[in-house]
Amino acid sequence: MQIFRKIQMTKIWRSIFRTDLPIKTNLDRSLVIFNSLTLHIQPVKVRERAIKFTYTFYLGMISFFLFVILTVTGILLMLYYQPAIPHAYENMKDLQFVVSNGSFLRNMHRWSAHLMVITVFLHMLRVFFSGAYKPPREFNWVIGVLLLILTLLLGYTGYLLPYDQLSYWAVTVGANIVGYIPLIGKEIRFLLLGGNQIGEYTLIRFYVLHCVILPLFLTLLVALHFWRIRKDGGLN
Amino acid sequence: MNRDVKEEVVMSVNPQEVPRRIALFPQKTPVRFEIEKPEEKLVMTFPDLIIREVICFQVVVIVCAILALFFNAPLEELANPQNTPNPAKAPWYFLGLQELLHNFPPVVAGVLIPLLIVLALVVIPYFNINVKREGLWVRDKKRTLLLFSSATFLFIFASLIYSAYSIAIPTFIIYCLALLPLLIKRQTRFINWLSKRSLAEWIMSWFAILATVLTIIGTYFRGPGWSWVWPW
Repeated sequence: MQIFRKIQMTKIWRSIFRTDLPIKTNLDRSLVIFNSLTLHIQPVKVRERAIKFTYTFYLGMISFFLFVILTVTGILLMLYYQPAIPHAYENMKDLQFVVSNGSFLRNMHRWSAHLMVITVFLHMLRVFFSGAYKPPREFNWVIGVLLLILTLLLGYTGYLLPYDQLSYWAVTVGANIVGYIPLIGKEIRFLLLGGNQIGEYTLIRFYVLHCVILPLFLTLLVALHFWRIRKDGGLN
Repeated sequence: MNRDVKEEVVMSVNPQEVPRRIALFPQKTPVRFEIEKPEEKLVMTFPDLIIREVICFQVVVIVCAILALFFNAPLEELANPQNTPNPAKAPWYFLGLQELLHNFPPVVAGVLIPLLIVLALVVIPYFNINVKREGLWVRDKKRTLLLFSSATFLFIFASLIYSAYSIAIPTFIIYCLALLPLLIKRQTRFINWLSKRSLAEWIMSWFAILATVLTIIGTYFRGPGWSWVWPW
């Protein structure tokens, strides 16, 4: 304890962490939030009623945390994945039998993805029934709808990546639906699949969409979503 | 921690000394001009909210880890374009749409309906109708009943043409629930609660229940050739 105190008093420590320990007053508590890059998106004070579990069921928070888990497990999975045929499928077998905790990693990624679809949908219902979309929050609701669509698209593009029978035919069904769009359906389908059938190019396209493009958009929109909660008057 | 500092405010009843402002609110007023609520109790974000967030994160991680430990993600054999499984199913969150695809023409089920759902969701906050959310039967009962019933039965009729029973039956059940406060005069808590639901709430519940029912049917009750099977 004494050593810890001493480290805290050093110039280096104080140059990194601005908050003085121990935290005693409300001013200190405010500074914890205020001086932190990650925490200062939140207000220093919140309404007591708004942070009750039964008020929001923390569904937005849970969705965000699931996205964090998905990012971490997803990046780890990328280390073992080659978007090529039949390597993609063999990598799944490797995860199962060769890689330490490989199955656990893949299971975690898959189940949290499914949970995220559910929690985002429930979050939307909660916001609707508590009327939290009303002015001035109209546009944040629209961003939320976009986030729901992005979540579904992320799930859909990720579905192909193991390249087993299940993913191949599930994506075929989805791609056929895209083909039904009048006039430009066939073209969009070709663009999405990189050909008339699912193949090597589909895999690499879905891989890039799933790992780079869609998460990037999702992250940007989540940032905008959070920022607008603050700007539109906080949790209410 | 939270010291309440009560400032003394001297009130004067003499309008000569203290000018008064009068605000007139029209009957239909957007929410943002509602009368200000009394000050609510505030708590410090650190630690009150932060501790909740940390616990929430831990619970989420633990739940996911337990799921990952006990349930394996499915993995079938290598994809084979020559071997079509029967039935070929989309990811579960699109099975509601696939279920629609079974009944309706592809352009309707695959393009029109998803597009309408997204559009309907986007325009929700821009509709200023019934901001206050009055119960469905608060105003002119006869007119509401006529409009509500004709809209519902038109929809049920349209879905029956395509023999989409998975849509028609839940819609009819929800319609009956909406009508319950009219039929039953006895005031129970359930009936009272139903009678307080507004049209917007009925529509959203209908959408959510239909989406859930269709997804469950698509996931568990559909077998070879998209025929009805029992999951047990």
